[in-house]
Amino acid sequence: MGFTLVYLSAIVLIPFAGLVLRACELSWADFWRLATTDRALAAYRLTFGASLIAALANALFGTLVAWVLVRYSFPGRRIIDAMVDFPFALPTAVAGLTLSSLFAANGWLGQFLVPLGIKGAFTQLGVVIALTFVGLPFVVRTLQPVLHNLDREVEEAAATLGAGRLRTFVGVIAPTLLPAVLTGFALAFARAIGEYGSIVFISGNLPFKTEIAPYLIVMRLEEYDYTGAVALAVVLLVCSFLLLGAINLLEAWTSRFAR
Amino acid sequence: MAGTLRKNWRGHREASQRGTEEPPLIKWLLIGAALSFCVVFLLLPLANVFAQALAKGWAFYWKSLAHPDSRAAIRLTLTVAAISVPLNVVFGLAAAWAIAKFQFRGKSLLITLIDLPFSVSPVVAGLMFLVLFGLQGYLGEWLQDHNLRVIFALPGIVLATVFITFPFVARELIPVMEATGTEQEQAALTLGASGWQTFWHVTLPSVKWGLLYGIILCNARAMGEFGAVSVVSGHITGQTDTMPLRVEKLYNEYNAAGAFAVASLLALLALFTLAIKTFLEWRQSREFARARTAGRV
Amino acid sequence: MSIELRNVSKRFGEVVAVNNVSFTVREGELMALLGPSGGGKTTVLRMIAGLEMPTSGDVLIGGKRVNDVSVQQRNIGFVFQNYALFNNMTVARNIAFGLKIKKWRRADIQARIAELLELFGLQGLESRYPHQLSGGQRQRVAIARALAPKPSVLLLDEPFGAVDAKIRQELREWLVTLHHDLNVTTVFVTHDQEEAMEVANRIVIFSRGNLEQVGSPREVYEQPANEFVARFIGVMNVLEPVVKDGVARVGELEFPAPGQPDGQKLRIGFRPYAVQISSDLTQYRYRAVLRHTFFLGVLLRVELELPSGLIVRARMTKEEYAHQGLEEGCEVSFQIRQYRVLAREEAPLQPELELPYTPPPILGENI
Repeated sequence: MGFTLVYLSAIVLIPFAGLVLRACELSWADFWRLATTDRALAAYRLTFGASLIAALANALFGTLVAWVLVRYSFPGRRIIDAMVDFPFALPTAVAGLTLSSLFAANGWLGQFLVPLGIKGAFTQLGVVIALTFVGLPFVVRTLQPVLHNLDREVEEAAATLGAGRLRTFVGVIAPTLLPAVLTGFALAFARAIGEYGSIVFISGNLPFKTEIAPYLIVMRLEEYDYTGAVALAVVLLVCSFLLLGAINLLEAWTSRFAR
Repeated sequence: MAGTLRKNWRGHREASQRGTEEPPLIKWLLIGAALSFCVVFLLLPLANVFAQALAKGWAFYWKSLAHPDSRAAIRLTLTVAAISVPLNVVFGLAAAWAIAKFQFRGKSLLITLIDLPFSVSPVVAGLMFLVLFGLQGYLGEWLQDHNLRVIFALPGIVLATVFITFPFVARELIPVMEATGTEQEQAALTLGASGWQTFWHVTLPSVKWGLLYGIILCNARAMGEFGAVSVVSGHITGQTDTMPLRVEKLYNEYNAAGAFAVASLLALLALFTLAIKTFLEWRQSREFARARTAGRV
Repeated sequence: MSIELRNVSKRFGEVVAVNNVSFTVREGELMALLGPSGGGKTTVLRMIAGLEMPTSGDVLIGGKRVNDVSVQQRNIGFVFQNYALFNNMTVARNIAFGLKIKKWRRADIQARIAELLELFGLQGLESRYPHQLSGGQRQRVAIARALAPKPSVLLLDEPFGAVDAKIRQELREWLVTLHHDLNVTTVFVTHDQEEAMEVANRIVIFSRGNLEQVGSPREVYEQPANEFVARFIGVMNVLEPVVKDGVARVGELEFPAPGQPDGQKLRIGFRPYAVQISSDLTQYRYRAVLRHTFFLGVLLRVELELPSGLIVRARMTKEEYAHQGLEEGCEVSFQIRQYRVLAREEAPLQPELELPYTPPPILGENI
């Protein structure tokens, strides 16, 4: 017990306090100036925009994948099921590396997509692609158990009342899944906001265009501008905590319906 | 022949009429869409790693891996994992034990704190240590006076890795320990076993699979961590480059095949992790099924 | 509307769940599908609903073959064992669900909801969610939801299985009243023979996928088609005496078996009500000790233990029990009035045989 607390303090609390302390040394005006430079604002916009799009894509495709994995049997189902965790297991640097090479003009996918005007490497789209990859498991893994425990009788009840499949899905199944999808969405979103490793490879890191907030922090550090980096980090931290709170609320909401 | 065919077709049609199943066309469209998504986002990236790594042949592949700087990176990554994983295993056991077996104030706060590294951007995590131990940091001067290097050296990398991988073991163990309950341990204590004996002979065996799973995840993340390590390592080639950092450096030097060669090792690690995880899940569901049948008899 | 099954079978892979079943539910009838679990009765109900497709045979509703009609089009009301209420909808929206799909007008929907809430005594609960209701309330919401679109038949799967004993009794009586008021053709599944006997107009009895008998409660009780039905409906004493010199004997009990070869084993069955008991030890032929008395209400069931250890179950009214001054542990004399010779379980039963009154043996001869 004592050991737990000491270790926790050493590894988590002290560094954390250090950062906060450092931020407190800044005056509010200085903080505001450092945290809201034009370059920073552009970086936030990309970070949050791309994270949002990626999390939405994950909510959509994650629901689809979870549904297909739970409800249907088809060749390769077990392999896909195991592979869903691949983005968790693969180091982010490797993910960024291989995705940027896949979507580059001479890559396996890029050779078809780039002529169509779809540039996946060194663009904002690339950021979205990398974030979608990184967040893929969240929605699938939060949704799978919920889908498993879904009462088939409820769907049958809807059918006996005359509802077709689409109607049943929209009216009966979707509302039950919604809290889990939202939780998965929020988890994917939170992860995407902090993501760094995969992005540096695929985005090209052009200021104002494809530069994400975590990368800007690293840039500030390389310029030995610690205070600038700390100001940006505090903004990201606050966002992470707000999301964490939202996720906890969502989970409470989900368990209320789960009974 | 025609009769059989018609019968099959009829059977198929009738099956599709069940009110709680989608028509086959919709079903296969959904499966197709999900599969293509998984292929593009899971299988292709994986296959691409190995294809690119071997793009210039096996000889170049081996040469890339055998390069002294790459070897140094591999060695450093293994060292970091070898230090940080055991640290987090010990902590994870202690924390999970405290949370699962005792009731105390601030328990949910403790759980939130354990989860904290999950929600912090790796870059911000690295920055925290920089603020603390860096040259401009709070302890920077003191460390320099005593000729201790933390940042841009092994200790910093280990600290950042420990921070990032901190929750994995505890997170896996808490539910398992909560599920086993305290009765078995109390039984052991009444039989005269000491606290340590109870821990070794009763607690540990009952959570061994969850523990193994946590170690595997923790290890995968420890070896693959990029953002946090990148901030504190200083990128000194041959000294403070871990494997992921080495990948980045080779990539920035336009040595794609070399970068992919090192990356392929990390991808193998990921596959290995997935394999163990799948095996553990399979084993768990089998044990669960067996426990259920045993309970019924 | 009437429901008819013609030679319906259902296989799940290798397992035959329903084997060549035919029966008719008449218009307005309250029919019970009764049998032990795994007997195939729920599968039959689900085939009527269209939730399962028969492997072979036809299902007719209102005289029309509905095999190719999807569950959505069959216009049936189905009440699931665990109610399957929509947890994300209020009581009112649960009831309105089927009406919205049938594109009823708003005002009509509101009127129908109000009507059903009143009929089911659910007023004031319309904006509650299912998890805020008691078991009995959920049950009623489930039935109201099924009945809302005015289905041509109402199907209920173990409707009283999930509520506790006291509410179950109320719900049974309520279902009978409801059926009487609405007069909609109703089929319900149960494994509880008492429930089937009490609620249904007629009963279909299943065992291991086979239809054993269709009939009114009285018919299946008094004229069971076979030993399975006889033993499943009510209690039956079954003995296995061995023939010697034209008499089948087990313990002290004797049954005439003229013409049967020596050593032949018979199976004899008799209902508890066929056993007559007297506290006067000289009245009947056999003697026994009254081991246990079970109070079932007006009727009592008693267990008699013969000197050989043989157990015979009998039934008598409370008045008779008191009048004779019986109590547990006292000695009685008894006789068996009617019995049947049983063959294999599924074979048709032999007619009931009468046993003549035989005076008790002179005291001491038996000892």
